Amino acid sequence: MCVKRAPAPGAKIPLTADGSAIDTRNLGFTMSPHEECAVEEAVRLVEAHGGSATVMTLGPPEAAEQMRDGIATGADHGVLVETDRTDWDPQATAAALGEAIAQLQQEGARFDLVLFGNESADAAHEQVSVRVAHRLGLPIVNGIKGLETSDGHVALRRDTAAGSERYEVPLPAAVAVKKGLNLPRYPALKGRMRARKATVRTIAALHHPGGLTSHGLRYPPDETTETEILGRGADAAPRVVELLGEEGLT
Amino acid sequence: MSDATHGSNGQSGASQTVCLVLVEADGDAVCEATRQALTVARELAGTVEAVVLAADEELARRLAPALAAEGVARVHAVTDPLLAEYGPEAFGAALAQLIRSVEPTGVVAPGTARGNEIMAHAAAVTELSLATGCVAIAVDGDAWSVTRQRWGGVLWEDATLAASVKLATLAPHAVAVQPTPGLEHATVSTFACDLDPTLARTQVAQRTPLGAGVTLSTAPVVVSGGRGVGSAEGFAVLEELAERLGGAVGCSRVATNNGWRPHADQVGQTGTRIAPNLYIACGISGATQHWVGCKDAQRILAINTDPEASLVQRADYAVIGDVQTVLRAVVDELDRARQPADAGAGG
Ligand SMILES: Cc1cc2nc3c(=O)[nH]c(=O)nc-3n(C[C@H](O)[C@H](O)[C@H](O)COP(=O)(O)OP(=O)(O)OC[C@H]3O[C@@H](n4cnc5c(N)ncnc54)[C@H](O)[C@@H]3O)c2cc1C
Repeated sequence: MCVKRAPAPGAKIPLTADGSAIDTRNLGFTMSPHEECAVEEAVRLVEAHGGSATVMTLGPPEAAEQMRDGIATGADHGVLVETDRTDWDPQATAAALGEAIAQLQQEGARFDLVLFGNESADAAHEQVSVRVAHRLGLPIVNGIKGLETSDGHVALRRDTAAGSERYEVPLPAAVAVKKGLNLPRYPALKGRMRARKATVRTIAALHHPGGLTSHGLRYPPDETTETEILGRGADAAPRVVELLGEEGLT
Repeated sequence: MSDATHGSNGQSGASQTVCLVLVEADGDAVCEATRQALTVARELAGTVEAVVLAADEELARRLAPALAAEGVARVHAVTDPLLAEYGPEAFGAALAQLIRSVEPTGVVAPGTARGNEIMAHAAAVTELSLATGCVAIAVDGDAWSVTRQRWGGVLWEDATLAASVKLATLAPHAVAVQPTPGLEHATVSTFACDLDPTLARTQVAQRTPLGAGVTLSTAPVVVSGGRGVGSAEGFAVLEELAERLGGAVGCSRVATNNGWRPHADQVGQTGTRIAPNLYIACGISGATQHWVGCKDAQRILAINTDPEASLVQRADYAVIGDVQTVLRAVVDELDRARQPADAGAGG
């Protein structure tokens, strides 16, 4: 599985004074919710069918923390594709991840399934998974909330507004999953001990920047509206029903 | 038969920049997100041309009048037998082939799940750069300057997209559709592509339509609950109200994390983003990750004990009070209001 280190903000996300980045001084870091599901799914597949699960992350040396979270959940190996501390664009990220996976394959590793989160909580480029899959020549489907393997294939379910779609993709394959796929477990103490001791492999990443260059972050224009207070407690009910009437709902 | 054959036509010559827009159809209509993409694309190039991916040119012909009304002069019917059913790899490869043939200044697609997926594949095949989730796009010399959503829209990022062909998707509801004089007629040009049959491996194998009933993403009214609902049982009165209004029940992440509701009901950054006519938020504080999922509702009614809650501040209407007490009274009042006014006038 490929995961990404991202800040874990509360309801408000603080920016640095110059607005160029998130002020992470008082924030913890985590992998994104979709990726937690990717890790959980990989661990479950290994529990059910054997084999091993490798969690890979591209990022600064500190990103080893997120890999250890993956190992604490039950992954067997961790690979850090190490960058400088700058934010890489999706093309550069995908190129380096693809090269790292290809390197592991050349060394004899064989991956039946490469899992991604559908999009990261912070950048949400929604394309790294697809670009990596193309580099590796793997089929890929995004937005997956159901996954079942059977001899040589993986059956995938994607929910749409009109219902659901089922895909039957030959292995090896890549899949980008979404939260709701499973309920990620909370790592047990034993897992956290193991993660602390586990050795993490580091591969240096080569930076091939793509054409999307970030200039900084800002808050969207304020969306506060004038709020009409319809009342307090049960006494507000007639006014609420009147409003429902105005909406054509009564 | 096509009105024009593909290739080096004068209209897409160097003097006239062309921006392509990927069309997502809603039956025989052009979906709202596509119309938003067309609105943005009209500012990016001299000519806007539409792209319809399908097994044959039938769909492109049916959509052509609606697209002409949006100012589209040419509709590229990109055809291949593999495009009869959706498959991300085949659709992406087909779009990539058209991009290489037309060499437009850029391509804008609706930032729906499918639009983003097709564009990611086209970008991977062509090795072009792609900016997803844009809220604004403007020409900046040979490049585009884009503003895109980060953190599900909690933050905006300003960026430059520099590429021979710029690829971008537009966040749904980010821009309002602007009226345009429109054209009388759009030419349909057929582009028969040549897809590798192995791409059938990611084609949809089976579709299961939703059972009867409203869904969170399409319901006109959503009654949504958070921590303030108190328990799984506490959602009963939300269900009652939703049923009476023909709506669906939604929830915050606290409700899913507590196991009160399934994740499918979650509204927000990691749940569903919705745009109902009315959103009734019960016992939800309005954290930004929740807000980005409901802010496109036409009207918001917040029910909360805390008048300072962020969602109360941002709502159009609010009732200050306990969820259970308020909703029980609303359901009773609604039932009373729906009774005939007096016995004599009934029937
Ligand atoms: C990466 C990331 C992704 C996230 N994605 C999502 C997402 O998709 N969706 C989402 O919802 N959240 C998401 N969150 C979580 C989000 O930050 C908030 O924690 C969450 O939305 C809070 O839910 P809540 O409003 O129900 O609970 P709280 O914030 O605890 O608010 C409860 C509210 O209920 C009110 N209340 C309490 N008792 C009563 C009562 N008896 N009657 C009436 N009102 C009462 C309180 O005044 C308060 O306003 C995400 C967070 C992160 C970091």
